[in-house]
Amino acid sequence: MSYLSHADLGGQSDHGPVTLEPEGELFHAPWEPRALALTLAMGATGAWNIDMSRAARETLPNYGELGYYEIWIAALQRLLQERGLLQPDELAAARALHPATALPRVLAAVDVAKVLAAGAPTQRPTTTPAGFAVGQPVRTRSVPVPHHSRLPGYVRGKRGVIEHSHGMHVFADANAQGLGEQPQWLYTVVFDGEELWGDAAPIGLKVSVDAWEPYIEAA
Amino acid sequence: MSHSDHEHEHSELGEMDLRVRALESVLTQKGYIDPAALDALIDTYQTRVGPRNGARVVARAWVDTGFRDWLRHDASAAIASLGYSGRQGEHIHAVENTPARHNLVVCTLCSCYPWPVLGLPPTWYKSAPYRSRAVKDPRGVLAEFGVNLPEHTEIQVWDSTAELRYLVIPQRPAGSEGLDEEALAALVTRDSMIGTGLALAPAGNPP
Repeated sequence: MSYLSHADLGGQSDHGPVTLEPEGELFHAPWEPRALALTLAMGATGAWNIDMSRAARETLPNYGELGYYEIWIAALQRLLQERGLLQPDELAAARALHPATALPRVLAAVDVAKVLAAGAPTQRPTTTPAGFAVGQPVRTRSVPVPHHSRLPGYVRGKRGVIEHSHGMHVFADANAQGLGEQPQWLYTVVFDGEELWGDAAPIGLKVSVDAWEPYIEAA
Repeated sequence: MSHSDHEHEHSELGEMDLRVRALESVLTQKGYIDPAALDALIDTYQTRVGPRNGARVVARAWVDTGFRDWLRHDASAAIASLGYSGRQGEHIHAVENTPARHNLVVCTLCSCYPWPVLGLPPTWYKSAPYRSRAVKDPRGVLAEFGVNLPEHTEIQVWDSTAELRYLVIPQRPAGSEGLDEEALAALVTRDSMIGTGLALAPAGNPP
């Protein structure tokens, strides 16, 4: 099965300059805050998890052509439709035409502050010893995997050093596929610029990623 | 932009507006969402959770070395002690700028950002130009923000690929010695906590 993310942008060129934005300018159309809130509220129902949600966004075929909240809405529709929670004719009619499905939870207004403050921590109790130690040289996995993953293409097959060890965390790859949390050790791995970009690297550049243990091997 | 482009843009805005309204109506009728909860969510990020939270964290770190050490070793707990915690900031790591090293935060894969201390990410943080180039040409990116670092300064770019969120502690500006915490917080910009800016110079001091 092939899996294609359109969101793995690190190292690409030709996207033009950054467009600056003043602090406090949060939305650019009246529908954008509703799109944000709809996505957060549906996320809080437990109908899917955040890794499934990211996978739904990043594999949208027209990802590169959509604005940020357009991506959110397209992915929200996709997640809802895949689970039979929404039918296309309902969207066209702007009203419910089919029976609702029971959801694990519904986010009530009175609970918003509490739910946001609690968040969804991903650290889990340690069940296996760490495979790597801070300061240890490692190499990242060189082959792409045919499912959602969080190892950016630009660090694939590169030598780095473990800079921090963060305990065991929900493994995004498994969680996105509906295979459960399968917690894994999580590390910050730091790379020299030259290792990533060769002679094109600026002097004195270091780049780090956060990598679960299955992404790396001893070097 | 031509006249027809304008029309195109307007019709697209209209289409998204209708689509989001339709979605909200259907989901409400099905009982999946409480529209009042949507209002509360929007209000939270428009009025309560934003970069002024992070600015208070930074100002505290500048004046209180005990807090600064706590932030270095367990940023999530130190930040929670000021009342900031939760969604998209469950696990926070603070990285400190020094004369020798500048830190810059990006999420090349999506838009991971420390919401409890910085609020919602700016559009550029979520967009292709920043996400693609921050890890390869950070000095070029910083120049677009008007930031030019000394040549000998190392740059470490933190690509937030998992559920750890990064907060940059900018250097305390020269001439800010006599200021209290509140006045110091006013010097801390959103961009300075992402690493695309520096803390502001106090009035009357050159940057």
